[in-house]
Parts: sequence; C-alpha cells; structure tokens
Amino acid sequence: MSRWQIARLVASKDLRIERRSRVLMNQVLPFAGVTMVMFAFALDASNVLERVAPGLVWLATLFSLLVLVQRSFAIESDDGALDALRVAGVDPVAIYWGKAFALAVQLAVLEVVLLIAAVLLYGADVPLGGIVLLATTLVTATCGLASVGTLYGGLTAGFTGRETLLPLLVLPVVAPVLIGATRAVESALGTGGVALSEGWPWIGLLSVFAVAFGAGGALAFGPLIEEAT
Amino acid sequence: MLGILALQDAGFILGGYAITFAAIGTYTWRVMSNGRKLAEQIDDSDKYWT
Amino acid sequence: MTTTPTIPAEQPAATRRAGTGTTATRVLGIAMVVTMGWLVAFGLGFSPADRDQEDAVRILYVHVPTAWVAYLAFIVTAVGSAMYLFGKKHSLGFDRFAGASAEIGVVFMALTLVSGMLWGKLTWGVYWQWDARLTTTALLFVSYIGYLAVRGLGGSHQQRAKRSAVVGLLVVLEIPLVHFSVKMWRSLHQDASVLDSEGDVSMDGLMLFSLFVGVVAFTLWYAWILLHRTRVMAMEDMLDDHGLDRALDARRAEAEEQS
Repeated sequence: MSRWQIARLVASKDLRIERRSRVLMNQVLPFAGVTMVMFAFALDASNVLERVAPGLVWLATLFSLLVLVQRSFAIESDDGALDALRVAGVDPVAIYWGKAFALAVQLAVLEVVLLIAAVLLYGADVPLGGIVLLATTLVTATCGLASVGTLYGGLTAGFTGRETLLPLLVLPVVAPVLIGATRAVESALGTGGVALSEGWPWIGLLSVFAVAFGAGGALAFGPLIEEAT
Repeated sequence: MLGILALQDAGFILGGYAITFAAIGTYTWRVMSNGRKLAEQIDDSDKYWT
Repeated sequence: MTTTPTIPAEQPAATRRAGTGTTATRVLGIAMVVTMGWLVAFGLGFSPADRDQEDAVRILYVHVPTAWVAYLAFIVTAVGSAMYLFGKKHSLGFDRFAGASAEIGVVFMALTLVSGMLWGKLTWGVYWQWDARLTTTALLFVSYIGYLAVRGLGGSHQQRAKRSAVVGLLVVLEIPLVHFSVKMWRSLHQDASVLDSEGDVSMDGLMLFSLFVGVVAFTLWYAWILLHRTRVMAMEDMLDDHGLDRALDARRAEAEEQS
C-alpha cells in the first residue's frame, strides 16, 4: 500500500471514530464555548472584548487543541492500537499524516464555530473583503497546530504522568501560530483599525511554520513512537 | 571597596551580580558534591575519564 | 562506551579517585576563577559608567554573556542530540552530553531573564516590557524546561536518549520561528527611544573589554561544569544499570541455590 493510501485510511478511521463517538461535538465544542463565556466574565468590558476577540478565538482554539490531541491518542492507547500498527510495520510517516489530517479537520470545525461565537458574543464583525485572508489564516494555522499536536501527542501518549506534559511542550512551540494567526485575523476583521494588507506577512510566517513542523513532525514521529510503550 | 556602594542603584547592580554568582555557585556545588558521592561507589576502571 | 560497571567491584573503595576532576578540568577551573574575578573587577570597578544608562550598563556585562552562552549551550545540545540519533552506535555519551548542556543552558537562561529584568527596571522603569529579546528568551526558557521534563519521563536509557534527541532537535527548529514571530510582533509596537530595548549602547574601550571578559568567564564555567555534569550523569547511569544487574545476579544466585 502506498503511504498516501495508508494515511487516508488512518485519517478516515479517526474521523469515523469521531463521527460515532461525537466527542468533538458533545464535549470539545461546548468546552470551547464555555471558555469564550469565561473570557467575557474575566474581561468584563464589551469594547475590550471586541478589540481582543481574534486573540480570544485563538486562545480558546489552543486550549481545545490540547483536549483534541489527547483524545486523538487516547483512542490509540486503548486496545494498544498504535502498537499494533507499529509492530505490523506500518509506515509511521503515513500514520502521522493520517492522524494530523483528522486532527486538522476537527480543529477547522472548531475554529469556524469559535469565530461564529466571537461574532455573536463579542460583537466581532466580518467584512466581506477579509474573507479570503480569514480562510487562508484558518488553513495555514490549522496545519501548523495539527502538525505540532500530532507530534507531541505521540510523544506523551500512553503513560500516566506523560499526558500532563503535553501542554508544557505544545504551548511554547505554537506561540508563533498564536501571534501570527491573531494578527492576521485582526487584519481580516479590521479590528483596531488594522489594514487588510498587514495580514499577509503573517500568512507567510504561518506557512513556514506549517511546512517546518509538517516535515519535522513526519520525520520525528517514527522514532518517537518506536519505543516499547 | 566601599566605592562600589557609591554606584548609582548599587542595590540592583550588586544584586544582579550576587544572584548570578549565587546561582552558578549553587549549581556547581550540587554537581561537584554529587560527583564526589558517586565516584566512591564506582571503580576507577569504569570511569571513562580516568 | 560501556556503562555496565564491574561486578563485583574490584577496587577497594578507599582507593577510588574522589570526584570527577582531571588535569583538563583543573586547568579550565583555574582559568575560570581568574576570569570571573576579572569580570567582577572590571564590571563593577574599572569600567566607566555609560553616558545615558549610567551604572545600569554594568548589568549588561552579565546579562549579555549569559544570553550568548545559553544559546551556545542549546546549540551544543542540538549537536549532541544529532550525534546520538544519526550516529551508527547511538552512543549514550552524546545523549548525556546533550542533557547536561541543556541543564546548564536553562540555568543561564534563567540568569539572562533575571539580569534582564533588573536592567529593565533601572533603564525602562519596569521589570518587563515584552521586547523581542526578553520575550524570545522567556519562551525558549520554558521550551527547554519541557526538554528537561522529557528527559525525566523514565524508561531505559536508550528510550530516554531517543526521545530527548528528537525533542532537542525540534526545539532548535523552533528557535528561529519564535525569534521571527516575536520580532515581527514587537515591530508593530515600536516606540522611539534613546535606549533601544537591546541595550546595545555603542560600547568601546573598557566597556567592550568588560563584556568580552564576561563572555570568556561564563563560557569557561560552562565548559568546566559541562565536563563535570556529563561525568556525573555517566556515573548515575552506571549505578542505575548496576542496580539492575545486582538484582539479576541475586535472582540468578537464588535460582542456582534452589536447583
């Protein structure tokens, strides 16, 4: 089987599990929604909320990312599924691509919902001219987040005492994505008077990040899951 | 020597140097005392630096 | 390089060499102490105060060198990680070397942050200012704490080595990404200021010399303590294995008794 076919199998397996268990729908999205409400309680001023809405959307995304990653690998540790794949000699790069893709799809759904929540709750405004920038930001940022999440998820999966390490490892690494995605969305929405054109350099940064960790992650995933768990 | 105290904002500057050397000294002391403790439990032939 | 110690031990305990010192480290150590003394003498004494920053510039003789040596330490960690991962023998010595270097790098990064905050309080009036260098340092500091946490996850020495090597290389990949994103971010908030956040006052003469002495002093300490820490790690690993071998020996002895 080609690497591409295996990756597709792994991705569709993960997405099928999600469709049946509905963890994203029933648990993660509500969690993200609650987070958005909590931000409003903490920040308490509607003009402030509107100004920082893009940042809050991405913060809520990052926190939910941690939950999604742990879920992505919990389904592997139960019944030793990842071990079975590994021992059977399945190409780890293909497993990585498959899981990262499934994670990206779930992340994208989450981000769209959060954006809608920001429009509803924080009074954010989505001008038509910014849609392209917005969509591009979503795609590039999601690729970067999914790459990093799948990689460190593989590292910390399995043992108790290891999962707690995930946030500490992931958050510093995705800081560039938080910075870039927030600035780009601010441009797209025109928050704080930022011009549309200022968003595109950030897309450059997000793309470099996605490519660097997509490649690095694929290479690193094999050695990381190779050990006996 | 007391001229050092005449430095502007002596507290911050001396404090900075003091913290630095204290941290370096503490880390050094811990590594070296660990080293001494462990070295007596292992034959010299097993130590790659002897 | 074998890490399994001789069992049972052949050398009487009293004759074993105490500590981890060798001629090389003694020479390094003396040079280090001397230059540290010079750093204090020049930094606090012989060098002049700056025209704008006045005596606050003296903190830079500590702040800037600790930052440089921290980066040096992390590059060494990446190199050690690569030599472990891509070397044919997967020698654990490289893993220990990388781990020790990262530990020391974290110490230096913490000192960079503390001295930077003290300098900032004197020159900017605030302890923290989200400037590019401090923010990047803070993020990398946390990243390397994560690296050290990964080293502590347990398992066999080879497992630890492989995991750490991969993470060590990934964090180095992260450095330019963090650096550029933070720099781009802070350039949005550029305020004109006499004292730019880098504190790169044009230094000359004795001031530059003091900075140079600082770099030499801290690099010497880094090299010296790196050698010692790596040796201590080797002994820790040996005793780890020793404990396992002892247990195996005991089981074997039991089995023989029963048969």
